Amino acid sequence: MTDILIVEDEQAILESLEFILTRCGWSVGVARDGEAALQAALRFQPRLVLLDIMLPKRGGLDVLKILRSNAALASTPVLILTARGQQYDRQAAMDLKADGFITKPYANGEVVDAVRRILDSRPRPAASRAHA
Amino acid sequence: MMLSPDFVILTAVGYVGLLFLLAYLSDARAKTGNAGFLRSPIVYTLSISVYCTSWTFYGAVGTAARSGLEFLAIYMGPTLVFVGWWFLLRKLIRIAHSQHITSIADFLSSRFGKSSRVAVLVTLIAVVSITPYIALQLKAITTSIQAVSVAKGGGTDHLATLDEVTLALGVAIGMAVFTILFGTRNVNAREQHPGVVAAIAFEAVVKLLALLAVGIFVVFGVGGGIADIYARAVEAGVRIHESEPFGSRWVAVLFLSACAVICLPRQFQITVVENANEDHLRTASWAFPCYMLAMSVFILPIALYGQSTMAAGSNPDMFVLTLPMETGHDALALFAFIGGFSSATSMIIVASIALSIMVSNHIVVPLALRAASTADEAGERDIAKLLLRSRRISIAVMLLLGFLYFWLTQGSDALAPIGLISFGGVAQLLPAMLAALYWRTATMKGALAGISAGFVVWAWTLFLPSFATFSPVVAEVVANGPWGIRALRPEALFGMEGMDPLVHSVFWSMLTNVTMLLCGSALTSQTALERIQAALFVDVFRRARSFKPRILRGSASTSELFFVAERVLGWSRARALFDSAGVPHRQTTPQQGVPADFIARLERELAGSIGSASAHILLTKAIAGDAISLEEMMQIADETQQAIEYSHALEVKSQELHSTAQQLKEANALLKELHQQKDEFLSQVSHEVRTPMTSIRSFAEILMAPDELTPEQRARFITTIHNESVRLTKLLDEILDLSALEQGKRDWENVPVDAEEVLEQAIAVCEALARKRSVSIESGARAGSCIVPADAGRLSQVFINVIANAISHNDATDPVVHISSRRCEAGYVVDISDNGPGIPAMYHKTIFDKFVRAEPDGMPDSQGLGLGLNISHKIVGKLNGRLELTKGVLPGACFRITLPTLRAAEIVAVP
Repeated sequence: MTDILIVEDEQAILESLEFILTRCGWSVGVARDGEAALQAALRFQPRLVLLDIMLPKRGGLDVLKILRSNAALASTPVLILTARGQQYDRQAAMDLKADGFITKPYANGEVVDAVRRILDSRPRPAASRAHA
Repeated sequence: MMLSPDFVILTAVGYVGLLFLLAYLSDARAKTGNAGFLRSPIVYTLSISVYCTSWTFYGAVGTAARSGLEFLAIYMGPTLVFVGWWFLLRKLIRIAHSQHITSIADFLSSRFGKSSRVAVLVTLIAVVSITPYIALQLKAITTSIQAVSVAKGGGTDHLATLDEVTLALGVAIGMAVFTILFGTRNVNAREQHPGVVAAIAFEAVVKLLALLAVGIFVVFGVGGGIADIYARAVEAGVRIHESEPFGSRWVAVLFLSACAVICLPRQFQITVVENANEDHLRTASWAFPCYMLAMSVFILPIALYGQSTMAAGSNPDMFVLTLPMETGHDALALFAFIGGFSSATSMIIVASIALSIMVSNHIVVPLALRAASTADEAGERDIAKLLLRSRRISIAVMLLLGFLYFWLTQGSDALAPIGLISFGGVAQLLPAMLAALYWRTATMKGALAGISAGFVVWAWTLFLPSFATFSPVVAEVVANGPWGIRALRPEALFGMEGMDPLVHSVFWSMLTNVTMLLCGSALTSQTALERIQAALFVDVFRRARSFKPRILRGSASTSELFFVAERVLGWSRARALFDSAGVPHRQTTPQQGVPADFIARLERELAGSIGSASAHILLTKAIAGDAISLEEMMQIADETQQAIEYSHALEVKSQELHSTAQQLKEANALLKELHQQKDEFLSQVSHEVRTPMTSIRSFAEILMAPDELTPEQRARFITTIHNESVRLTKLLDEILDLSALEQGKRDWENVPVDAEEVLEQAIAVCEALARKRSVSIESGARAGSCIVPADAGRLSQVFINVIANAISHNDATDPVVHISSRRCEAGYVVDISDNGPGIPAMYHKTIFDKFVRAEPDGMPDSQGLGLGLNISHKIVGKLNGRLELTKGVLPGACFRITLPTLRAAEIVAVP
């Protein structure tokens, strides 16, 4: 069980996110495109997905839609991270029941706070707690 | 079989009877409103072929025999008019319909202020000009009767003993009776004669079939084909190429025949007055030329065959008859005779009807009106009856005149010269006609001066000399001039000698005619009525249909008006007219309130029967005392003019507005599209800027608490920040570069550059990147030094961009980039190909667009911004070259750069 799945195609951003989230004590998995994201989500069963919108192969909004329609993953919280700050992206993400929307560039604390708020509001699954 | 004169004449009479029956039945059908086929464009076209008279039927062969291809000009003039100038005919017809025009004299008179003087002058000219033409038909009929019957020498018939003159007189009398029966059975509302038109159309078919029959008989029957006829003619010594076909005489004949088809009274009658539907002109514009083509197709073979086989001295005008008879085909000869007879009779009928309308409307009726000093006195005579009687008499007089001319000019054997004399006469009407249609400020006095001057010159130079064989006095004048003044010799005016008499006459008459028309119109001014009529004629297509100028204002009692109408139209038609307008016709007290509209309508109706000039006089007389003052007339004229111009201006304005709106719409759509493109671009740029900013900010924040980091981590993060800053800078540079390129102008000067050298340097620059990626750069065939107009830096930028793309997008296990160059016709060509994954098909169209990154699947960490190829594409475009995706030697992508080369001369010229 992984705490957070980071879906991001930009190597530098991925690296920084991985660093700050690991530093806070969460376990992290990564995916670099939309297809890989879906496979990783099924494999890792993450407690939270950090999802970019502009992704190769399959866009972030598309990935979100599929997650929401999958019985096993429908309730997994999703935090959207995107450099496209337009209103219609935000609206589309909210319509698909995204749990948060952060515009790049962000302060690291912003991401950490949002992740913590979501993870704290949901009880950690038993298996995972034991592992921790 | 022998053709006796009795038999021939009886056949002709029988044929005329058939025509009469046909006309009678057609009239009856038309009267029941069941015109159908009679009002079809085909019948209209056939009736126009009244143009082809016995002159073309018999005379064309004669002309071909005497003057070669000259006969063709007679057909080509009308063809040019119908094919190229049909818009002129359409305007004529439109005007004639809206103004109830009854004849060409009425047309000109109406245009020039309903002037009686113009009407009388045109009528007189028409009578004088057409007289030789009618004589020509009489001569043709007479000669053909003799040729068919007497040639066989059957002396037993009493008719055979008749001499030519008596025969012609008989024919003239017969034709007069026939035409009177035919054309003047009633005075029609619009001078349309459906019965006559039907008979003319029938005759058109008969004469065409007859001529074709003789043609086929001569060419394929006895002649043995065109080639044989030609060979035989050469053998017989016929001088085929003797006359020059396209000389000045040819042009003159062409011009005269084009004038004639517009101005001949009978053509005007058939083409314009009898026209039932303007659209029929569309059919006629091609069908009539086709008819003439069919008429002319066998002329030359018949003439050649006749000349080479007939005895010397035989009349070539009669070949159409004598050729079948020589070979004993009397039935065919009889058919040909009927064909020629058809041509002659149709011309005589239509011409004399048209002339009789003109004479009675413009000469007899005005005289009668003048003679009747008061309305009461005039009322004792029924104008309708007067019209019929005067028309019948005019027909008889016309034929008598024709006969006299025939009698006086017996000496000349050929048919064609007589016809051309007539053509020359009516051609004098053409300048005034054109002015009537297109020149608003042409004046009545100018038209009168032009027509009469041209006519006098024509009469002197062409008409008079035709009497030379008859009168020694005339012969003397022709030879030495009047009173010995040699400068006035009819065929050599002012010493212009050695010219063909026809060309000479056309030149002088047209010169004086046009000069007088122009000067006369410039020096005189129009009356109010002229101005109104000029506007109605010239602007006939612009005028709103509902627009009716009021010219006569009436407070005359309706009973007086009814009285006038009844005299011209007859009681029942007058009654119908008044009823339909809701005007009572029994009111006796002169009250105000006969609408001006109604008076204008009444005038048009009357004009339809007695011509516009007479109708105007009649009505003015009836409402005498109410004559409008000159100022009022001028005002009305100005209002009319202004209304027409204003409505035209409105039309133009609304068209302009419409087109402006259209342009605005298009501009708006373009702006919208540009706006959207700009939004997309900004959104893309924002995304591209935010991405490196994100990692820079993130790592910077991490580095702000340095104690938690290992030195390695710190170094790594700082490197990333640096790389991302570089990326950001590069992005901004590219955006600025792109913006500059999109401004439209290039910011560099193209100078001669050795492209090959630039390519070499670019490859060297890329070597480092290639080594880093373990890509090998292969060099293929190379062009060798090649000078192109370019900027070395910009060109290098393009090469580096494309090569770097090929290197960095290549994930093959043994990556290769292949570079080759060559010269070809298009210029200098460089191919840069790789063995990478290639460009997916979905990107082939957009690969050169902004921010398009055709990333093959699974290519990690590509730093491309999607602007490089777009910039390269724009640069190559500004170098007048092409950057395109193509297929190369390796399986991956291949980009081709093509640049135009400088030729040696240009290299020297450009420093």
